[in-house]
Amino acid sequence: MRYLPLTPNDRRAMLAKIGAPDIDSLFKDVPKEAAVSLSSFDLSDTKGELEVERILSKLAARNVAAGAAPFFCGAGAYKHHVPSAVDHLIQRSEFLTSYTPYQPEISQGTLQVLFEFQTQVALLTGMEVANASLYDGSTATAEAVLMAQRLTRRSKAILSGGLHPHYAETVETVAGLAGQVTRSPVTPGRVEDIVGLIDAETACVVLQSPDVFGLIRDIKPIAEAAHARGALLIAVVTEVVSLGLLESPGAQGADVVACEGQSIGNGLNFGGPYVGLFAAKEKFLRQMPGRLCGETVDATGRRGFVLTLSTREQHIRREKATSNICTNSGLCALAFSIHLSLLGEVGLTRLARINHAKAVSLADRLARVKGVELVTPYFFNEFTLKLSKPAGDVVDALAAQHVLGGVPASRLMPHVSGARDLLIVAATETNTDEDFAKFEQVLSEVLA
Amino acid sequence: MSMNNQGRPSQAAMVQDNELPTISGDRGLDLEARLIFELGREGVTGVDLPDINVDDSRLHGLRRKGAIGLLGLSEPEVIRHYVRLSRQNYAIDAGLYPLGSCTMKHNPRLNEKMARLPGFGDLHPLAPSSVTQGALALIGDLMRWLTTLTGMPAVAMSPKAGAHGELCGLLAIRAAVQARGEHRDRILVPESAHGTNPATAAFAGFVVDEVPAKPDGRVDAAALKAKLGPDVAAIMLTNPNTCGLFEGEIIGIAKAVHEAGAYFYCDGANFNAIAGRVRPGDLGIDAMHINLHKTFSTPHGGGGPGAGPVVLSERLKAYAPLPLLVADGEGLRLVEDRARVPDGAKPFGRMCAFHGQMGMFVRALSYMVSHGRDGIRQASEDAVLSANYILASLKDVMSAPFGDGPCMHEALFDDTFLEGSGITTLDFAKAMIDEGYHPMTMYFPLVVHGAMLIEPTESESKESLDRFITVLRGLAEDAKAGRRERFEGAPRYAPRRRLDETAAARKPILRWKPSALPEAAE
Repeated sequence: MRYLPLTPNDRRAMLAKIGAPDIDSLFKDVPKEAAVSLSSFDLSDTKGELEVERILSKLAARNVAAGAAPFFCGAGAYKHHVPSAVDHLIQRSEFLTSYTPYQPEISQGTLQVLFEFQTQVALLTGMEVANASLYDGSTATAEAVLMAQRLTRRSKAILSGGLHPHYAETVETVAGLAGQVTRSPVTPGRVEDIVGLIDAETACVVLQSPDVFGLIRDIKPIAEAAHARGALLIAVVTEVVSLGLLESPGAQGADVVACEGQSIGNGLNFGGPYVGLFAAKEKFLRQMPGRLCGETVDATGRRGFVLTLSTREQHIRREKATSNICTNSGLCALAFSIHLSLLGEVGLTRLARINHAKAVSLADRLARVKGVELVTPYFFNEFTLKLSKPAGDVVDALAAQHVLGGVPASRLMPHVSGARDLLIVAATETNTDEDFAKFEQVLSEVLA
Repeated sequence: MSMNNQGRPSQAAMVQDNELPTISGDRGLDLEARLIFELGREGVTGVDLPDINVDDSRLHGLRRKGAIGLLGLSEPEVIRHYVRLSRQNYAIDAGLYPLGSCTMKHNPRLNEKMARLPGFGDLHPLAPSSVTQGALALIGDLMRWLTTLTGMPAVAMSPKAGAHGELCGLLAIRAAVQARGEHRDRILVPESAHGTNPATAAFAGFVVDEVPAKPDGRVDAAALKAKLGPDVAAIMLTNPNTCGLFEGEIIGIAKAVHEAGAYFYCDGANFNAIAGRVRPGDLGIDAMHINLHKTFSTPHGGGGPGAGPVVLSERLKAYAPLPLLVADGEGLRLVEDRARVPDGAKPFGRMCAFHGQMGMFVRALSYMVSHGRDGIRQASEDAVLSANYILASLKDVMSAPFGDGPCMHEALFDDTFLEGSGITTLDFAKAMIDEGYHPMTMYFPLVVHGAMLIEPTESESKESLDRFITVLRGLAEDAKAGRRERFEGAPRYAPRRRLDETAAARKPILRWKPSALPEAAE
């Protein structure tokens, strides 16, 4: 087996040194009835690289990649162009094959990356501090709700109806254990009355902007209403490129920001791995989940970085930790950080403007198709259309014509009346005019 | 003094420990990296994009008013920055990385290539199932490998790391307990457990009750059984355990747990010691997460991403979270709606958006198919053999609290051999850095004093192991001989000397701050 360096001679010599007659004797603590032979596993035997590549390539070829068709899917995962330098750098052995920087003297590369990542996330979100990443946007949102419950000692979380339903379900699964999670009504393209739900038991209000329909939401009045009742405002961003054009959640009064960072530096990967961005006001620091990297000096006075405030974490604090997270999204955070470093202020603002311009152009174009109505008056790079036919059927018909025409709202919210005819459509810098023309043409045919 | 072919001395005998400070601050190939914010300039970008204007009519009055504060760099500058940073990291590809419990094994590059095939890497999670059949089939294949290797009937694929898998398992247990109309809020966790175990139990709303270890490093089965009762929902046991030992009484423990109406959660962090030789399902386990980034070698990436699928027993499989992968007449599809689950399924909820760490699934399946069942079994055996070889080769100079019997895939030492030397486990570990090794896991598990947990994995050649053993023997002998200079002040030859962690925590500096933010760009 090409990955195993020991030879039969090595193994014999090692057993002799140990004083063991054979390998089985090293497994003597395994109860006899639990020791099984190789033939008990109905699985294939070792294969060479070429064969494995053939098997997996065959599976990959049965999928239609985003880059292989006019592509307009979003709803929490977005196709953006990632510069070649990003993938090259994250595959450097020293980043790819190291682990959590437990030994800071020989992990300064990873640690400085995390320090820079935390800074970038704090700047983008308009918050004071950020952690070194969580798994993804949905789990970051759930952690934010738990943190708000700890900070306020209140149990109730109010989720906006515009919060991505997968996020809402993730929050309900964990924050609903000890607390109460209330979802406000789903009102596609409009603002629901969420303020009326805030009461003295409310720990937090969770508001996504742009929301799952693409609608840009005004965080400020809801943050003010939450603050007036002693609750926190958790802002959720699933399309982080939007922060290049829109006011940051921090500037709008958010107390905690949970973002999906996939759009910058990370591919679609059929849903993961992605990277959760988590930022907050500094006063909440000691209740934050996840790893934090901090600046310090070494014994000779040189600047260096270490993991810090680990008394919040499971490996020190055990059942009293702020979260159970250990492994996070290090390499995805690195990809995010490199891509954002390449973009810089100028690149990110240009990228965001291009995304918005593309989406405006596509929305206006599609809204002229018979049987199509634009539902979202304000949006960044994603908008929702009301169709004259069920959106799920339309998406299937579009796919048959080799157009990946967005996400039917009914897939995310099957029980919301009115969602059946809604199609969530994203446009990014990767879309061309030809893509738009093809989409318009095929959609017209399908709806005719 | 030997001479090279240019007639110059080739030994550095004249050079003292601390060389002359350089003007640049760099030292030959030791290149320093400033912060990216100290390098950046206004108006520069490393990505060429057209500069277009957009009007505000669709922005709801929420266009960003101020600058973000990111500055910018050209591509060559960015690449140089990250290449310099990368060179300040130790990595498996560069040397032995015996971090116990973390399984730093070789990461085959084929797996990286496969994960980047556009059909996987560029596939949208909510694309219609008609265009994702290959991806769903891959998940199905991986599920078959995982359930077959573990002898368990079902697996939940969405958890994103080991701790997330623990949470998934405990939430399934919670749902099962509730479905029986019972109230059980206590979870038994051995004191040797990973910190994630008690943290997860608390996260899932349970009360943690610690079970002591016996002097032989195994859980005290009698104490554990005595704690079982009508309020115990589950036990969380790591097997092989964190001392690197197989819990030989596990079948009896499982039986007692089940008789008490509780469930058996196994922390599968150490499955890599037994894969292909033992099926957890045969041990009476109800739920176990599998760290794909450990046993199945998806790269650790400086701290993730990982993946933590959870195999489930017959008693728990109905409670697996959404989404569920099902096959029907039209092919494979994901059931994402609680109202449309197959008969008998009662999902407890959802762990995350979408359906798990697909990028890790591709890598793990690539690893499994490459190894095959025979290679997986051989890898487990080689990992165990290598750890025992280290134990046998070091136990006379270091102190192994459980050194009599065979260990599994990791060899545990304590600091007894350092007694009276004034040298600590931390000093010993830092001296290893100067010798070109990543230290072992220090001070874990907590059940032995000054723990040093060495996990060589199956990826090391005998020559590599022998060299490592020689170095550790040398260090142990120096320590016992009181030659403290090698330990105090170590590491000397790393990018940084020891870092002041106390200062970092006392006054946290968690981000770079500009002296003044630049004005808005436009």
